[in-house]
Amino acid sequence: MKRSSWKEYQKEIADDRYYYARSCIRQNFFPGSEAAFLDIMRNDLGKDVLDDPLHTSCTGIGYHSDIVPLETIMTVVARQFALMTAAGYENFTSSCITSFGIYTEILETWHEFPETEARTRENLFKATGREFRIPRNIAHTSDVIFHNREQIAARMVHPLMNVETGAPLKGVEHIGCHYAKIFPKSGIGGSEFPYVLAGMIEAWGGEVVDYPERRHCCGFGFRNYLVQANRGYSVANSQKKFASMAPYRPDFIVCNCPGCAMFLDKWQYTIAEMEGVTYGPNGRGIPVITYEEMAGLVLGYDPWQLGMQMHQVDVEPLLDKMGVKYDPDAKYLGNNGKLIGKPEQAVVNCCSQERTYEVRQ
Amino acid sequence: MAINWGFNIARPRAVDMDANDLSITRRIMAQMPEFQACIACGSCTATCTAGNLTSFNFRRVHTLVRRGEYEGAYEEMGKCMLCGKCRLSCPRGINTRGLVMLIKRELEDK
Amino acid sequence: MSKKVIIVGGGAAGMKCASTLRTQGVEVLLVERDRTLGGKLNGWHKLFPTLTPAGEVLDALKREVAASGAEVMTGTEVERIAANGVTVNGGRELKADAVVVCSGFDLFDARIKEEYGYGIYDNVYTTVDIERMLNEGRVALADGSAPRRIAFLHCVGSRDEKVGQRHCSRVCCITGVKQAMEMKELFPQAEVYNFYMDIRMFGPGYEEMYREAQQKYNVNFIRGRISEASPTFDGRLQIKAEDTLVGRPLKMSVDMLVLIVGMRPGCSNGRFACTEGVNLAPNGFVSPLNPFAGNVRSGAASIFYAGTVTAPKNIGESMNEGVAAAMSVVEYLNAR
Repeated sequence: MKRSSWKEYQKEIADDRYYYARSCIRQNFFPGSEAAFLDIMRNDLGKDVLDDPLHTSCTGIGYHSDIVPLETIMTVVARQFALMTAAGYENFTSSCITSFGIYTEILETWHEFPETEARTRENLFKATGREFRIPRNIAHTSDVIFHNREQIAARMVHPLMNVETGAPLKGVEHIGCHYAKIFPKSGIGGSEFPYVLAGMIEAWGGEVVDYPERRHCCGFGFRNYLVQANRGYSVANSQKKFASMAPYRPDFIVCNCPGCAMFLDKWQYTIAEMEGVTYGPNGRGIPVITYEEMAGLVLGYDPWQLGMQMHQVDVEPLLDKMGVKYDPDAKYLGNNGKLIGKPEQAVVNCCSQERTYEVRQ
Repeated sequence: MAINWGFNIARPRAVDMDANDLSITRRIMAQMPEFQACIACGSCTATCTAGNLTSFNFRRVHTLVRRGEYEGAYEEMGKCMLCGKCRLSCPRGINTRGLVMLIKRELEDK
Repeated sequence: MSKKVIIVGGGAAGMKCASTLRTQGVEVLLVERDRTLGGKLNGWHKLFPTLTPAGEVLDALKREVAASGAEVMTGTEVERIAANGVTVNGGRELKADAVVVCSGFDLFDARIKEEYGYGIYDNVYTTVDIERMLNEGRVALADGSAPRRIAFLHCVGSRDEKVGQRHCSRVCCITGVKQAMEMKELFPQAEVYNFYMDIRMFGPGYEEMYREAQQKYNVNFIRGRISEASPTFDGRLQIKAEDTLVGRPLKMSVDMLVLIVGMRPGCSNGRFACTEGVNLAPNGFVSPLNPFAGNVRSGAASIFYAGTVTAPKNIGESMNEGVAAAMSVVEYLNAR
């Protein structure tokens, strides 16, 4: 495929000194990803990233579920910017795709309708006494990793290659609807030929799978999925993607968005339990990882430190292909050696859950 | 242990032209080649005796049959009263009443 | 002393205008940007609705121009037009008593509709590519094989505000029908689907051709715009549309996707509009003085228009406007 059009969608990504806004759900489902981002940025790349405990959820889930009004979310966003301003930072980077969409959408709204910005400033000042400056640069954290992909490649320990055969691993990438479908210009590669994750995969030795339903939504949809009765068509979207990607026998799925990563991981379990269908080449699930986990593995981080034991689909087949060393006996032992609990055996999983974990002192 | 999910996985609504078997459509077309010239104007449905009182939409159902979506088409065609007014109104001169019977004949065992 | 007229653009309209002016004893300088006369006609294979070879029409026009004694200057781009002549590349000024602008249209660049993957996926073509392949005598997929299923998509770069093309390009519907029939002639076993929003058969014999495509060639028409194309595992293209007449989404895999590209306003329209009396319509085409009695006139008495510089037109209409503009020029020159 002649894919060069991503180069027409370029955006400025700040090089250093980021104010970091966390996601509200990622730490539950992919708990090591945000820590990995900070470690990679600070320790491997020597960048300054402020992880500010004062910031809150952007309230995007509430906004997209029709319970947080636009004026409210604008004020919450203004408060995040005020915290950034107060801390002396100008470059804002968010860990969540929906937050990123919210920030870009609100900045665009303020730009188009300056009266909404004035009102937001007034609301924020009345409520908190704070004032803010518009960020000089706004990027999703995957943009930041993309920006540094060559530096990461230079420090690569485990490329995205099969250690046995040397063949590139096949990765499915999913950028999430709110990354570039709101404003194609705000995503690297635009919305049709996204390159933010594809660029990482290629820079680190892997191969990107371009499959028919690549651009299709995972089905998260907030209020759709939050209502149990609606989940039938929510999950059907993920199923459509799995069925479309399965013939390519992908080694992993890498996600940009907290919701997508959760869905594409956990719905594989749901579909397998409900209908007995799995999509992985081994007859089980397809491992789903985040781009920080992907970067972490490439840089030689321990998979359990990256939190990969918390995934629904076992990641061990991917680790084995990459030649990543891990301690099976430590999978469900936390940092302090305490058992963190382990899941029931499931159709989608390839590893036995029969193992007894020895709690360490 | 059965899990109560509270929902079922929705089935795709798309007309899947890769999965659909168009062999019956081809047989219908071969027997009534004039049907190929339909421009979907809907005058057959506009004038339809049955369609004005029931959900029967002749234009929609025969278009679905052309796409290989046969499910329910036979039963729908059963609603036709065979009055033949649609044949008078068809601007392409298609024997629409004959088409109703042809679709029924081809789909009756389905 | 005889009067002199400069014609900007040597396509169908400009050539016809030149030979007509010569029959009236007017001195003509025909200025063409490309190395040869003929404009877009050079790229077409057969013309709708009669399937007349484009070369036949073009050769006749060339013979007429040659026999008429009109002076032809090719490889020359007109930079500016004025009431008393034009400025060509290099800044050279050419004087004339009147100017006829026949600078035509540009083709819509299908890469702008990136969701269709033109230039990215194999086997996504434009109607212009198909004409070229027909001229070369070989239509085949990238791997050399014959297509089993072909989809044509109407209105690529027409009636699409997102890409700044609000207008209907008119001739694309019949082009899509014509090429669908040509594909069925070449590949009788192939299924051909035309995805359209409206079928606009405006010319004589067009509706008949549409009916023939349905009746004789069994071309399928599905009312719905394709939303995206993507590659499939077996090297085909998956397309999604709504079959709006049944109210359900529809998807299929095809071997070949042909994008029926529309007409854009000519890239020179903007700089010509700097001249007093030359105005652009909101869609970017040049706006004639009056859409009824003044189709070939501008706001300046000595500047005239013919062909697709003012709106999408077919070849016959463009040639007729060449004649009409020539006669208007003569009327103007005689009255001076």
